[in-house]
Amino acid sequence: MEQLLQQVASGLANGAIYACLALALVMIFVSTDHINFAQGELSMFSAYLVWQLIQWGLNFWLALAIVAFVSFLIGVMVERVILRPLHSAPVLSIVVVFIGLLAIFHSLAGAIWGHTIKDFPSPFPNIAFAGSGYIGPHQIGMILVTIALLVALFSFFRFTPLGLAMRAAAQNPASARLAGIRVDWMLALGWGLAAAIGAVAGSLVAPVVYLEPNMMASILLYGFAGALVGGIASPGGAVVGGFIVGVLENLIAYLGNLLEKTTGVYIIGNGEKLTVALIIVITVLTLKPSGLFGHVTVKRV
Amino acid sequence: MVALLEVEDLKAFYGQTQALHGVTFSLQPGGITTLLGANGAGKTTTLRAICNMVRTVGAIRFDGRPIEGLATEEIVRCGVGHVPEGRGTFTNMSVDENLRVAAYTRSDKAGVERDREMVYEYFPILKARLAQQAGTLSGGEQQMLAISRALMLGPRLMLLDEPSFGLAPLIVQEIFRIMRRINGEAKVGMLLVEQNAALALELADHAYVLETGRIVMSGKASDVKSNEAIRKSYLGY
Amino acid sequence: MATTATTANSPVTAAARPAGHKWWIWLMVLLLALLPLLGGKTGLISNYGFLQLSLMIVYAIAVLGLILLTGFNGQISLGHGAFFAVGAYTSAVLIDQASWPYWATLPVAAIVCFLVGYIFGMPALRLEGHYLALATFALAVAVPQFLKYRHFEWFTNGVQGINIFKPDPPFGLPLSADQWMYLIVLFVAVLMFWIARNLLDSRAGRAMMAIRDHSMAASTMGVNVAHYKTVVFGISALYTGVAGALHAIIFEFVAPDSFRFELSIAILVGAVVGGIASLPGAVIGGIFVQVIDKYADALTKKLTTAVSLPLDLEPWTIYGIALILLMYVMPMGIAGGLTALWRKLRGS
Repeated sequence: MEQLLQQVASGLANGAIYACLALALVMIFVSTDHINFAQGELSMFSAYLVWQLIQWGLNFWLALAIVAFVSFLIGVMVERVILRPLHSAPVLSIVVVFIGLLAIFHSLAGAIWGHTIKDFPSPFPNIAFAGSGYIGPHQIGMILVTIALLVALFSFFRFTPLGLAMRAAAQNPASARLAGIRVDWMLALGWGLAAAIGAVAGSLVAPVVYLEPNMMASILLYGFAGALVGGIASPGGAVVGGFIVGVLENLIAYLGNLLEKTTGVYIIGNGEKLTVALIIVITVLTLKPSGLFGHVTVKRV
Repeated sequence: MVALLEVEDLKAFYGQTQALHGVTFSLQPGGITTLLGANGAGKTTTLRAICNMVRTVGAIRFDGRPIEGLATEEIVRCGVGHVPEGRGTFTNMSVDENLRVAAYTRSDKAGVERDREMVYEYFPILKARLAQQAGTLSGGEQQMLAISRALMLGPRLMLLDEPSFGLAPLIVQEIFRIMRRINGEAKVGMLLVEQNAALALELADHAYVLETGRIVMSGKASDVKSNEAIRKSYLGY
Repeated sequence: MATTATTANSPVTAAARPAGHKWWIWLMVLLLALLPLLGGKTGLISNYGFLQLSLMIVYAIAVLGLILLTGFNGQISLGHGAFFAVGAYTSAVLIDQASWPYWATLPVAAIVCFLVGYIFGMPALRLEGHYLALATFALAVAVPQFLKYRHFEWFTNGVQGINIFKPDPPFGLPLSADQWMYLIVLFVAVLMFWIARNLLDSRAGRAMMAIRDHSMAASTMGVNVAHYKTVVFGISALYTGVAGALHAIIFEFVAPDSFRFELSIAILVGAVVGGIASLPGAVIGGIFVQVIDKYADALTKKLTTAVSLPLDLEPWTIYGIALILLMYVMPMGIAGGLTALWRKLRGS
């Protein structure tokens, strides 16, 4: 029982990261209908930037704030400079451009910081507290930061004029233009926000998986799974989906271990995590593409 | 007096297809002009061309200032409120959010508040529905919302694309009554596109009749209305 | 949005090319087939050289598989490395465990991959554009882990992978093993390109392209879209799988980590660079994949020093930039670009 609780708790913590990434993916999807395959590498790159600033003596949070802003600018630039001219290009071209971006950020990180694994400090104090047998301080921290991020974004999109304008631009670009909203810039801002959120995700997960250029590949897959489970067009759903997938991932591995211990039959374990993600992705895509919480959106033609 | 809107030799294209073949007309400040004609005559296209939502060639001056070639959102920011075909509701947002989005470009808080009150006064039903998701409104209510959204911009010209479309006659009358009030009280010029010519001529002071992308006749609304030959041949009533 | 790679007036396809040009293709094939005699005897081309040529041809077949799917049927795949892996493992396991002769494993790999592709094609039916890309992306990322699955270890040999040996030429032919395999690979490639050519020229091929250009219209014209799309997925997997099998044989080794996400990307890039809807494009793409694999490092180093960057750039950076630029300049790849240029020059 204790072990089960532990698994759920750490699943929630992983889920927090998936939720962040899912949020970033959703942000780009709702505003541009694109699936950003480079999101993982962007986050990884941002995590490296944070690491670099920490090496130069900055405090983690200050470093993260700076990098989130820089990532925001990178995101805006990527949209304005690279994707904008391809706006009416076929899907394949867009996908290929994303793959190109993935390659660029991946290799740049390797070129600048090398491929050796780096330690990344956790920003959360290592203290004992009630329930610390189940969950570590960093894991609690990840969950709290994710929730805070979600609340902040929710307020931004609900209450501020700019947030409203971004939603309007994503929902109905033609109509948004008729309200005087500069839709093109709104899409770029969506990209920027996604990149900033990705920076947070990367910096939070780096202390867990350690820093290296490949760190995000499998995490991104889980981010996709989370986004899809929650509904790739629904930010709130994406977060819930991220948590669900995190817990599910751990529970499946846990049940697999349990099964092996009691019956001696091995079916599934930690080694199959990506396969689990693959199955989740394909199942959700084929059976319920709008996700658990998404509503069917009218396809833009 | 400088005309509020001057359109000169306006041509519009959808891809390779030309939909307007040189349309010229103007609209005086505070006036109501209506564009009449059959389906496909180019009425909606004219409105869309003014807001640069289709490819156009020709001169468009708003308040003496050339606006052709500007991006749609910039034209809107000059003070052109476009109530589009299909109403353009942000269906997943609440009525309140729809109105707030509409006022996005404005920085004068007091003015926005005033216009809010004005909108509530014109369409009390919207005030009762503020928290409701806009997609769940009835057609008439959505049309009212669309007009209100345009009003929240604080426009000097409104482009209205078939505000009567698909609505019950009683509601249409209500909306047209309010439009007359808006025109009188808020001093907003209106360019009205309508299928329902009788209704439009009732409201407008000037009328232009379009046929296959060309203006085939124009004149005072009252003249057009009283000219049976025109009514029979172009307007079908 | 449903049409992926091409529009009706795009400079598509060898399919539209007049048949009169065919003789020189066969002449080229003949010359290539004679290479071991000419180049090998004179020492102009080393065994290593033949291995390189073989790999280019193998990748050309793999790229052709993707081109059939994406370029001619409009289904995007970021996961063709998976089918390449299935083919490679089928071949390696049969040789290793069952001591089959290498040539007999090729048809088996073909059938297995067709089935795997067909089965994967069924859920893929419901997906379009970005969603299909996402599903296949997931497939590509999961492949190495899947190959390490514990219950498969008794025949996959887990992380270690499988070592096999390159066959010697039969009948005491005066050829080296590399030269012989080069001829085998060339023969298979010619056969498969020829089949692809005929497929595309047939009724079925036109149906494939009709689905790509407008699936709704195709279905109203009586094309069974679902059936075609799954079968094409199977055929595409078959092509790439056979390439994988050949790769295993000439490379004498398979292991899970040879089939990482990067492989799928390489195949995609080959297709896109070569020309997504063109058979000659597959050849260009295959050459590109192998050349990049081989020389990108050296090239990048040269470039870095040439512009004296303070940074040791990695090949993927240039790769990525090149890809993005290509999408601006020649979205139909090199073959598409050349065709367009040719047409422009002839003024038609």
